[in-house]
Amino acid sequence: MTNDKEPSTKYKQPRTKEMYNSIVLVKQVPDTTNISGQVMKEDGTVNRSKLPAIFNFEDKVALEFALQIKDKYGGKVTAITMGPPRASDVLRECLYMGADEAYLITDRKFAGADTLATSYVLSEAIKKIGNYDFVFAGRQAIDGDTAQVGPQTAEKLNIPQITYAEEILDVKNRTARIRRKIEGGYEILESKLPVLVTVIKDAAEPRPFSAKRVMAYKGAKSLLELEKMVEGNSLLYTDQLVHEYQSRSLFIPTLTTDDLNVDVERCGVKGSPTKVFSIESVVLAGGDHVRIENSRIGMNMLIDKLMEDHIFG
Amino acid sequence: MPNYFIDNSDLQFHFKNLEIKEIIALAEDNFEQAKEFNYAPISYEDAMENYRKVLEVVGDIAGNYISQRAADVDHDGASFSDGKVSYASGTQKNLQELSQADLMGMILPRKYDGLNFPFTIYMMAVEMVSRADASLMNIFGLQDIGDTIRKFGNEDQRMEFLPRISSGEHTGAMALTEPDAGSDLQAVKLTAYQNEQGKWFLRGVKRFITNGNAQVLLVLARSEAGTKDGRGLSMFVCYGDETVKVRRIENKLGIHGSPTCELQFNDTPAQLVGSRKFGLIKYVLDLMYRARMGVSAQALGISQAAYEEALKYAKERRQFGKAIYNIPVISNMLIDMRVMLESNRSLLYSTAKCVDEKEKIEDCIEKLKAEGKSFAEKNTRLKQVTKLANLLTPMTKFVLTEASNKITYDALQIHGGTGYMKEFRVERLARDARITNIYEGTSQMQVVAASGGVINDVLAEFYIEKEKKEYKGGLTKLANHLKEIRLLFLDCLKYVLDKKETSFQDVAAKDLVELYSYLHIGYLLLDEAEKESRKVFIANRYIVGAMANARKNVEAIKNELFSDLLHAEKILL
Repeated sequence: MTNDKEPSTKYKQPRTKEMYNSIVLVKQVPDTTNISGQVMKEDGTVNRSKLPAIFNFEDKVALEFALQIKDKYGGKVTAITMGPPRASDVLRECLYMGADEAYLITDRKFAGADTLATSYVLSEAIKKIGNYDFVFAGRQAIDGDTAQVGPQTAEKLNIPQITYAEEILDVKNRTARIRRKIEGGYEILESKLPVLVTVIKDAAEPRPFSAKRVMAYKGAKSLLELEKMVEGNSLLYTDQLVHEYQSRSLFIPTLTTDDLNVDVERCGVKGSPTKVFSIESVVLAGGDHVRIENSRIGMNMLIDKLMEDHIFG
Repeated sequence: MPNYFIDNSDLQFHFKNLEIKEIIALAEDNFEQAKEFNYAPISYEDAMENYRKVLEVVGDIAGNYISQRAADVDHDGASFSDGKVSYASGTQKNLQELSQADLMGMILPRKYDGLNFPFTIYMMAVEMVSRADASLMNIFGLQDIGDTIRKFGNEDQRMEFLPRISSGEHTGAMALTEPDAGSDLQAVKLTAYQNEQGKWFLRGVKRFITNGNAQVLLVLARSEAGTKDGRGLSMFVCYGDETVKVRRIENKLGIHGSPTCELQFNDTPAQLVGSRKFGLIKYVLDLMYRARMGVSAQALGISQAAYEEALKYAKERRQFGKAIYNIPVISNMLIDMRVMLESNRSLLYSTAKCVDEKEKIEDCIEKLKAEGKSFAEKNTRLKQVTKLANLLTPMTKFVLTEASNKITYDALQIHGGTGYMKEFRVERLARDARITNIYEGTSQMQVVAASGGVINDVLAEFYIEKEKKEYKGGLTKLANHLKEIRLLFLDCLKYVLDKKETSFQDVAAKDLVELYSYLHIGYLLLDEAEKESRKVFIANRYIVGAMANARKNVEAIKNELFSDLLHAEKILL
């Protein structure tokens, strides 16, 4: 997809000789912040189809990182997602924010994938797209909370990874200096490119959708969406539609097992050793930690506190 | 995560029932621009879809970002030091986001990087931004300065100023008011003079200039030495460069995020906009339609926010063993507020469409003129809509800004003592609303401006048409009330005109304008009630209330409440 009809702006971003291309891993997730009664199944699991689907917030921050690299150094931003056909929604949102291209990676054979199978397919998709300096991803998705897909993808691509990134300090001579959060502080790491970076939610505020891009790309469609249009209309042919949408820069390329160099045994549920054994509802009890000075005053404070809470006396 | 478009069912109702096909047709010129711009619509439906999606973007930014910063913006305010004005950090962030979202040139043509949206849609955006932070409207809502340059400036000026307004790189200000020229702009003194090469310069002082620190200033100045009235004034555009000194910014009751500046122009290089001597009598008057609509939308946004706060508080606050929401006196106040809010919205968007159509026809006529084509037919329609806009614009500003004061007042009242404290949002809203019926023409000036149309009964045909209409079931009773109000109005109008006493007529004008507004709004609500059954409640309370108010207006006029004006000196000790 080429954007020769990019919404016009008189003030182009500065372009330096060092341009960096980014691939951003994004995911559509159920909106777990608004769980109502109907959503919970009797067995305590979540009925995903009842939840509104949203753009995983940390992935939006990852896209913002990629767009900032583009604003500063130039280059191209490509968003990819693996998911069902309706995941095209988040890809359109990537285009609204400023991504140059967006790929949907979808296939029934990819369904039911755990982090191992997911990172396998994503890494093959990244290899296929190629020509990248950064791979950005959110630290984790709010539906699984594993924080494994980013690191596993880096492993499979055999590139360095920096997790929990807070800020890209600079990129010079194909080396990035990145600040990452660690317990009680931060550390600054340097890495050769290409590098995979996972970002935390406070690292940047994702930019709003651009009105011009919303209007320009609201009609962008993936192959599956075009096929659906064809199903309902005997006058339409898929190839013709794809061509038309491509010519209008509105085609979201779709990658399936046919397009990727993947071993189907390693994809989806077949390639996923993780099995959910059982689910328990665990209520985490316990409050704040209090540090007590090792001194007479500290001891007195502790005693006062325990008496106040009626544990003592 | 509130989206101020998606969460506002009444705003959506108006969006769905906009019926702006003709306005879009005029603005989009057969949808030819889709060939050149990938974000231009290809059809009417596509245009509406574009507006809806972009209003959702505005609603997201307003609800999730701008509103979250509003309390800090109010607390920090714009500041002034070393001759420089700085926005509050929240305001800076707001402007950055609105610029990133391409929302700073919504009504400017695509050629100048704008969105080419109808004015009506822009008003919806202004309402949402104002609901989030009223003070931000005074920067976001100044996009129509760009529109004035587009309409009356030359192509060089358009190319020079507009793209940077669209990108958000430049903001604008209208420098009209002076220490001795507020409501009476004819008294403007700031001098514009030419050097030997014919270049213009500005010298003098402007006061109370909203966003006077802007990069682009539209200045009303006396270009004709020796003149004393409005015919000696011209419009200029200049940069807020080092020759424009901000002398101070005002310390205000509300809208703290918006800097109000005193400006001193020290031989500032400027460009004449349009023709000499037309500054006040044509360009400012034209600018005022949009500026007054902008303030009306701002007032409505504040009203919406205040209503939401009051409703939420009434549901949470428990007294006498129940939520105060369930106390009839309180729920009755809330219903009054809600009815006022919704009737205000009906008036705003009906007037916005009228102003929109007027502007689009004017543009169309300019185009036809340039092509040497006949424009007689368009001109007839232009005369009609101009007459309506001349009445409805000031009437809208009068009604909505007064209502905003009433709604914020009642919202604070519902909060009780808590509402008087800074911890709650409602006291800010009450302070912010207070300016809306003052600036861009006080309510008293709006009454004067609207009274011409009222005295000439310019909506007569519209009302007669409505009176012939058969309304569904229960609405007939309400339609009959409106017929009765119209008779009362005509009777009062005759009484006032026969009186032949200007001071009485001046004061009675407010009652007449109010009577006229009940009719116009009443019919708008009746039509809405036919579209959606819930709106019957709104129409009912509004019209029954209007009947009661109308009788009060009538009593004041017929009993000559104001006859004691002649004895003012004896009364006013």
